[in-house]
Amino acid sequence: MFDYNFHWRPVLKSLPDLLEAGLLTLQVAALSMIIGIVIGLALALIRLKLKGPLYWLATGWVELARNTPALFQLFFFGFGLGAFGVHLSPFLIVLAGLSFNCAGYLAENFRGGFQAVPDTQLRAARSLGMTSWQAYTRIIIPQVFKIVYHPVTNQMVWAVLMSSLGMLVGFRELSGETQFFASRTFRIFEYFAVTAIIYYVIVKIILVASRLLAMRLFRY
Amino acid sequence: MIEISGLEKYFGALQVLKGIDLNVQKGEVLSVIGASGSGKSTLLYCINGLEPIQKGSVVVDGTDVHAKGTDINKLRQKLGMVFQQWNSFPHLTALENVALAPRIVKGKSKAEAKEIAEKQLKHVGLEDKLNVFPNALSGGQQQRLAIARALAMEPTYMLFDEATSALDPELVGEVLDTMRLLAEEGMTMICVTHEMGFARDVSDRVAFFHKGVMEEIGPPAQIFGQAESENTRKFLANVR
Amino acid sequence: MNQTISFFSGFNVNDFWFLGEAALRTLWISALSVTIGTVLGGFFGWMLYEGRLWATLTLAPVLDIFRSVPLIIQLVLFYNFAPIVGLDLDPFGSGTVILTIYTAALVANVARGGIEAVGKPMRRAARSLGMSYWQDMRYVVLPIGGRAVFPAWVGVALGVMKDSALVSVLGYVELLKASQILITRTQEPFLILSIAGAFYFALSFPISRYAAQLEKRWAQ
Repeated sequence: MFDYNFHWRPVLKSLPDLLEAGLLTLQVAALSMIIGIVIGLALALIRLKLKGPLYWLATGWVELARNTPALFQLFFFGFGLGAFGVHLSPFLIVLAGLSFNCAGYLAENFRGGFQAVPDTQLRAARSLGMTSWQAYTRIIIPQVFKIVYHPVTNQMVWAVLMSSLGMLVGFRELSGETQFFASRTFRIFEYFAVTAIIYYVIVKIILVASRLLAMRLFRY
Repeated sequence: MIEISGLEKYFGALQVLKGIDLNVQKGEVLSVIGASGSGKSTLLYCINGLEPIQKGSVVVDGTDVHAKGTDINKLRQKLGMVFQQWNSFPHLTALENVALAPRIVKGKSKAEAKEIAEKQLKHVGLEDKLNVFPNALSGGQQQRLAIARALAMEPTYMLFDEATSALDPELVGEVLDTMRLLAEEGMTMICVTHEMGFARDVSDRVAFFHKGVMEEIGPPAQIFGQAESENTRKFLANVR
Repeated sequence: MNQTISFFSGFNVNDFWFLGEAALRTLWISALSVTIGTVLGGFFGWMLYEGRLWATLTLAPVLDIFRSVPLIIQLVLFYNFAPIVGLDLDPFGSGTVILTIYTAALVANVARGGIEAVGKPMRRAARSLGMSYWQDMRYVVLPIGGRAVFPAWVGVALGVMKDSALVSVLGYVELLKASQILITRTQEPFLILSIAGAFYFALSFPISRYAAQLEKRWAQ
C-alpha cells in the first residue's frame, strides 16, 4: 500500500520561506480584521440608527458578504473590477475581499452586541448626569466589547483560514507559497502537510493569545 | 411498600445521606421537611434510581432499586415523580405531554394514550387546556400538568420534590389542592416540602431531615407539637 | 473599452446552461456532504457529550484539526494523499469526503450544544416516567435540543454550500469554476460573476432569513 516514497528534505529546505509566508498570512489577516472592525462598526451603527439609502447600502453589504462564498468575493475584486478597468494587485485583491467579508460578519456581531446591552444602562448612565458621549464610551461600549470579544476572535481565525484563498488569485501568502513550491518540486503532499501544521499552529497561537488577553481584560 | 435501610449517598467526598432507615406503607402520606442541603431531595432521587447510592438499599414492592439486573425503567412506572422545576416538554401540547410516556413506555395505542391523558388532565383540572402548549400555561398549571403526566403511568407511589417551591405565591394553592386531592384518594405519597401547613394537615407522618440524617419521624401532631429533637424545634421555630 | 456593448457579446444561451449544470453540481456535492456530515457530526457530538475519556482525548483534537486548517489545504492534501494509500478518488469523491468530514466537525459542536441545551432536570423528568435512555434521546432530547440548535445547523449547512466552491481547486467544475472558465473564454467577468453570485445569494439569503425568524419565534 505504501509504495509512495515520502521526500521531506525539499520541504525542510524551504521551511524558512514558508514561515515567512506564514507571517504574511498573519499580516494580511490582521490588516483586514482592522479594516473589517472599523467598517463593521460603522455598518452596525448605520443599521441600528439610520433609515433610508445608507441603511439599505449597509444592509446590502452585510447580506452580500454573508450569503455568497468568500471565493466569489475575491473573484469579484479580481476579475469583476477588471471589467471596469480597475486591476488590483493580488495582495490588494485578498485584502479587499477579506476586509469586505469580515466587515459583513463583524457588523452582525456588533449589532447583536449593541442590542444585548439593555436600554436601562444608557438611561442609568444619563440619570447620573453623563453626556451621551460619556455614556457610550464609558458604559455601553465596554459592555459591547466584552460581548463581541469572543466572536471577533473567531473572526480573526476565519480571516487566517480565508486568506488561503490567496492561492487562487496568485497571492503568495502561506498557501500561495506552498502551491508555488509544490508545483516546482511535485512533492505536493509533503508541502501541503507541513503547511497544514503551520496553519494549525497559527490558529492555536491566536486562540491562546486571545484567551490570555481576555484574562487581563475582563476581570469582572 | 417502600423499604429504605442503611442508605448512604455521597456526591464525591461529600456525604449527603448518612444511613437512612425508613419504611413507607401503601396509602400513607409522608412529608419530608428540613433545611435545604439536608439531603431530603436526594432521598427521592435515590428512591427511583435517578441517583446511584453507595451503601444500603431501597426496596420497592420487593424489588431492589439499585440491584444489578433490575429493570429500572419498569420500576419507575410505579414511582411517579414531580419536580421543583416542572419540566414540561415544550415541544408537545398538554395532551401530548401526558400521552407520550403511556404510548412509548407502556406501549398503549394512540387512542388509549389519548383517553388516559384526557382523564388525568381532567383529574388535575386542566380539561380545557388539552391542546395548549406549555409556554401558554402558568407555572401552577404547568406543575399540575406535570402531576397529570406522572399519574398517567398509573403509579403506585408519587414522589413530590418541592413541587411548589419554584411557584409564585399566588399559584401555590392550586398545586397543593391537587396534591391534597390525591392524598384523599388514597395515593401513597412522599412529599419533600417547605409548606408546613400542608405537612401538618395532610400527612400521616412527618420526617425531619438534618445534615443527611433523619432526626425525627412521627405523626404531625408530635413533630409540630412536642418534637423530641432540639434541631427539629429550632428548624420549626425559624420557618414559622 | 466600451462596456455597454461588450456586455452580451461573448455570452450565449449555451453558456447559461453550462452555468446551470455547474450550479446543480454545487447543489449536489453540498447536499450530499451536508446530509452525511450531519449524521456523522450528530454521532460525534453525542460521543463528545457523553464525554468518555477516549472521546475527549482522541475525537475532540481530531475534529479540531478540521476546524483549524483551511478547507482548501485539506482538499489538496487529501486529494494527493488518497492515491498514496491506494484510494482511487476523482475530484468529486475527494471533495465529498473532505466536505463531509468538515461538516461533521462543525456539526459535532452544534450537536453537543443541542444536547447540553436540554438540561439535566428535563432529562430526569423523562427518565422518571420510565423512559429508557434511548427513548429520552428520541422523544425529548432530539426535538428540544434539535430546535435549540436548528438555526446554528442552518448556518453550518449554508457555510458548507458556499465553501463547496473550493472543490474547484481539484478541478471539479462547480459553479465558480464554471464561471472562471467562461470568464476566460468570453471576457465577460462582471456579467458571469453576477449570475453566479445571484445564485448563491438566492439560495442562502432566504434560508438564513427563515432560520433567523424561527430562532426569534422559538425564543419566546
